[in-house]
Amino acid sequence: MSDDLIQRVLKVISTSKRIPPETVTIDSDFAQLNIDSMDAVEILFALENEFDISIPDDAVRGVRNVRQMCEGIDKLITDKASGPPAAQ
Amino acid sequence: MVRVAITGAGAICALGRNASEFAAAISSGRSGIGPIRSTDMSRVRFQNGAEVPDYSHTPYFDDRRADFMDRFAQFAVIAAREAVAAAAPEWTAELRENAAIITGSCVGGQSTEDIGFQEIYKHGRNRVHPLTIPKTMANAGASHISMEFGVTGPSFTISTACSSAAHAIGQAYWMIRSGAAPLAITGGSEAPFSCGILKAWEAMRVVSPDTCRPFSKDRHGMILGEGSAMFVLEPLEAARARGARIHAEIVGFGMSADASHITQPSAEGAARAMRTALRDAGLSPEQIGYINAHGTGTLANDISESAAIHAVFGSCVKNLPVSSTKSMHGHALGAAAALECLAAIVALRDGILPPTANFNEPDPECDLDVVPNHPRAAQVEYALSNSFAFGGLNAVLALRAVAH
Repeated sequence: MSDDLIQRVLKVISTSKRIPPETVTIDSDFAQLNIDSMDAVEILFALENEFDISIPDDAVRGVRNVRQMCEGIDKLITDKASGPPAAQ
Repeated sequence: MVRVAITGAGAICALGRNASEFAAAISSGRSGIGPIRSTDMSRVRFQNGAEVPDYSHTPYFDDRRADFMDRFAQFAVIAAREAVAAAAPEWTAELRENAAIITGSCVGGQSTEDIGFQEIYKHGRNRVHPLTIPKTMANAGASHISMEFGVTGPSFTISTACSSAAHAIGQAYWMIRSGAAPLAITGGSEAPFSCGILKAWEAMRVVSPDTCRPFSKDRHGMILGEGSAMFVLEPLEAARARGARIHAEIVGFGMSADASHITQPSAEGAARAMRTALRDAGLSPEQIGYINAHGTGTLANDISESAAIHAVFGSCVKNLPVSSTKSMHGHALGAAAALECLAAIVALRDGILPPTANFNEPDPECDLDVVPNHPRAAQVEYALSNSFAFGGLNAVLALRAVAH
């Protein structure tokens, strides 16, 4: 997981939630940041635009903090780069 | 105060083309949820909805009349025709002049608007169809019902998202009760299956990938539905005097606003709406024998609604069946409360409580008797129908069985 990815995720969160960038770190959890369910879907929407990925609903269940979010984004980017599975 | 009878009911939704088919489906626990076929779903993450199967306007409207009506307005008129035919009011010039029409709709004809805007934004054309506005307006259902029956009294539409039809029926109930109108046609209609609307729901991440499992621990969200239910309300004594069949009585109506969050429900707001309905009806909690829940199948609603029911009913909860028929007819937004009011009427009238279908596993945070999967025979005198909308606007109807 690159530092660039982490910085972009942090920026998306602070921009969407309209909170100062320094308040969001890789170790923040959503409850600390006062991120509710509607905030979360807005952040996911902004992350999909930022990274040009599609984040499925089942990938976000159980994600409670910024580190888990970064790891999930990293995996989706890696999966996208390796291309769709070959047709059967 | 005038007592208020429901003398006619009509319905069209995924469960059937009339109120009898609807009653048979909910009373046997049959779900109408399946793949959405009326619109291209290739770009939508979820695939299932509760759609009126193979709907065409042809048996209901000639082509020229249908040109003027979005699907949601067609549903409104179809259900109203059935309700009025069942009630068979003795129309006089005075009754037509004073009868009320109050409908609920959340998105109105946005499907028509969606198609029109594609012409501008996608196809690069410089004009949209001239009927886009009259087909899109949310009051089109009420307007077409008024034209259908030549009713010229107070007529309007209420749009309070998922509570729309409950607010509409409640207003109609109060108008009859106060003597402001001698008859009312009321209910809700909705037809939200167009790509733009479905993409907006997808973005909220509240739609289930498979089906709607209210109060079940493994629930994954709501399933959108479409359709309409409409009712004829009249003063009870007048209905009895003319020998009309009375399906049920409306005895109370309560409303509240959460004033807390635009999407997250508040148990306190929901509880206040239920208490207000009980007070309006002059009932105490232990008199309620069934609740048709708002029960969307989202994580947040079902926990919040369960907490609200516990707050209002206390120790009575143990003996209080609560089911969500959205598990069968889907969440029809502005029509939802009308379909659910009909479900509660059927329960009171026929003595069969509709189940919460698709239920797999109890959730300790939804500790209710949800009538899981199987209908239950029970003679109940009083029922509530709960509606708790996005935006925190809540409406609860109280209904009473009529002895025959």
